[in-house]
Amino acid sequence: MGSLVFDVAHLLAGGLVLLSLVMLYQDRLPALIRMFALQAVVLTLSVSWQAYAQGAPHLYVTAAIALAFKAIIIPIALQRIVVRLGLHREVETALSIGPTMVAGIALVALSMVVMLRVTAEADPLAREDLAFALSVVLLGLLMMVTRRNAVSQVVGFMSLENGLILAAAGAKGMPLVVEISVAFSVLVAFIVIGIFLFRIRERFDTVDSAALDRFREGQR
Amino acid sequence: MTAGFDAASALLLLPALAAAVLLALPGYRAGAVVNTLAAFLSFLAAASLLVAKPEDGAFLRVDDLNIVFLVLNSFVGCTTALFSAGYIAHELEAGRLTIGQMRFYHAMYQALLFAMNLALLASSIGVMWVAIEMATLTTVLMVGLYRTPAAIEAAWKYFILGSVGIALALFGSILVYMAARPVVGEGPDGMAWAVLMAHAAAFDPALLNLAFVFLLLGYGTKVGLVPLHAWLPDAHAEGPTPISAVLSGLLLNVALYAVLRFKLLLAAAPGALAPGPLLMGLGLLSLLFAGGMLYRRRDIKRLFAFSSIEHMGLIAFAFGIGGPIANFAGLLHMAMHSLTKSAIFFGVGHVVQVKGTQALSEIRGLTASHPVLGWGLVLGVAAIAGLPPSGVFMSEFLVVTSTVAHAPALAALLVAGLLLAFGALMLRLHGLAFGAPTGRMAPVKGTQAPMLLHLALVVGAGLYLPPPLVAWFQHIARLLG
Repeated sequence: MGSLVFDVAHLLAGGLVLLSLVMLYQDRLPALIRMFALQAVVLTLSVSWQAYAQGAPHLYVTAAIALAFKAIIIPIALQRIVVRLGLHREVETALSIGPTMVAGIALVALSMVVMLRVTAEADPLAREDLAFALSVVLLGLLMMVTRRNAVSQVVGFMSLENGLILAAAGAKGMPLVVEISVAFSVLVAFIVIGIFLFRIRERFDTVDSAALDRFREGQR
Repeated sequence: MTAGFDAASALLLLPALAAAVLLALPGYRAGAVVNTLAAFLSFLAAASLLVAKPEDGAFLRVDDLNIVFLVLNSFVGCTTALFSAGYIAHELEAGRLTIGQMRFYHAMYQALLFAMNLALLASSIGVMWVAIEMATLTTVLMVGLYRTPAAIEAAWKYFILGSVGIALALFGSILVYMAARPVVGEGPDGMAWAVLMAHAAAFDPALLNLAFVFLLLGYGTKVGLVPLHAWLPDAHAEGPTPISAVLSGLLLNVALYAVLRFKLLLAAAPGALAPGPLLMGLGLLSLLFAGGMLYRRRDIKRLFAFSSIEHMGLIAFAFGIGGPIANFAGLLHMAMHSLTKSAIFFGVGHVVQVKGTQALSEIRGLTASHPVLGWGLVLGVAAIAGLPPSGVFMSEFLVVTSTVAHAPALAALLVAGLLLAFGALMLRLHGLAFGAPTGRMAPVKGTQAPMLLHLALVVGAGLYLPPPLVAWFQHIARLLG
């Protein structure tokens, strides 16, 4: 039993990291959003597994939020925004795939080295989970840095947040996990509503943050 | 739980109620009155903490450290509400805001005060995190209030950078819990300050170190430390001016409070790294960088936003040195900076409304055209630049002397940074205040009392610090180690 719990948790957390890497090389927004939705489904499974393994029913709430919100509502909303703003045909070329993937792999290696060394005394389930979670967080950050488009930056932020929820769920008995996931959902909702309401595309002609930079230069 | 109604819960209930009422209240006048009144009552509640400290509740905790922040926050919150009443009236007349936006603004103002009070009062690092996130959200909404492209861009940038900072801070908080769990057990205890502090010595130092790095980066983004400061100037420049005052005067302090709390936690764990040098490094970098950047500003609100980065750097540096004198100087400087900087932003708010522009080149000769406002601004800028006899001079002097005792080489850099900023501010001040007036000459609308009150306090503190205040700050400085 103990080994099965460990293996399944490991598999799911590893799946999250893998999907983060897959997201790194998506150069079309609709595909990127689909990958994100898939990652949210894996996160749901992972958190549910933790809930079952730890006997912590409140984690099912977190899992349900992840499923309803991040695997269904947000991806649908983002797809509609992308179509509405006419971004679905565009190809992003901020940084080429090769260097990005190398950087991504280096970040995963870094987080393994750091976390496994630091958490030598913690129980194995928690420490591997944390190492995976840190990888997902760092890959999300990398995505936010390398993308120039506001929608993909938001997707990067949400995948970063998936890593945080994984870490919080893996920290056995951590209080407030549900509250934190609710708080994050509110934050993400505001971001998405923000893109939609502020219609950055309409005002700046593009959701490209380089355009925002150019605009600001004119202000100074 | 039978905890009765005490001052700590009043500090949360008042703004929460006021926010709900303000969202429903249609009229402008009533809104401004309720806003100011609620802020004033919150200030009274915070002041009452000085006299009678309530018992620690299940979720709230009042100790010597957060009382300073609470009193300072609610005081500036109250005077800013007073300033904002006149400011918003002018914006409504000028047609820059609609009634609906005004209502939203007032509700968000109280929601922000609520979130900041909660962050300061929370006894759990999880609740504190949620509260700081909420404070970020409310300020983002207010920065974007004018809906101009520039305002939306500033809000967006603030949003993304703030969210990343907050996410990193959460990862750090989870790591702290992981470090605590083997010692204090599972559940809420692993996130409660009192329990964490009591058992910090037994925590795994390596895990705590890693946690602190994430927390410093995360909350440091909100403090505005270089190189995480990119959101700060834009957010200050594009939002309504009362929000610039609240951001500089209050929100940066709340984030700093979070950093200080975790610094204390690390100090209590013997094996962990010393957080001081990290804070000193980031602080000095912020001071020097912002000092240099001040010369290139062409926008009056951006100018003072960079000055805030400079001062937060100085404060972080002072707390980084540690020891009773430097901590005392850090606390004093934090209080003085909050008061002075919000006074400056009050003045700047009037100036921008009078002149109809934020461009430094188009604002000239204020002392001739608007004597009270012009000289008020002169006094404020002189104070923030560190000229005697202001409280800022005293605290900066203390920081420098304790640096000389601690690390003379760093003192040279510190003084260089301060002089750099001083030069830039004096240069700009000369253009702003003296010479032949240009541009529009509209009279000042709204009360200038909040600005004058703050300036009086700052100058008063420079001339005479009441012994009880000194004793109180010394006590806290010792607690900070």
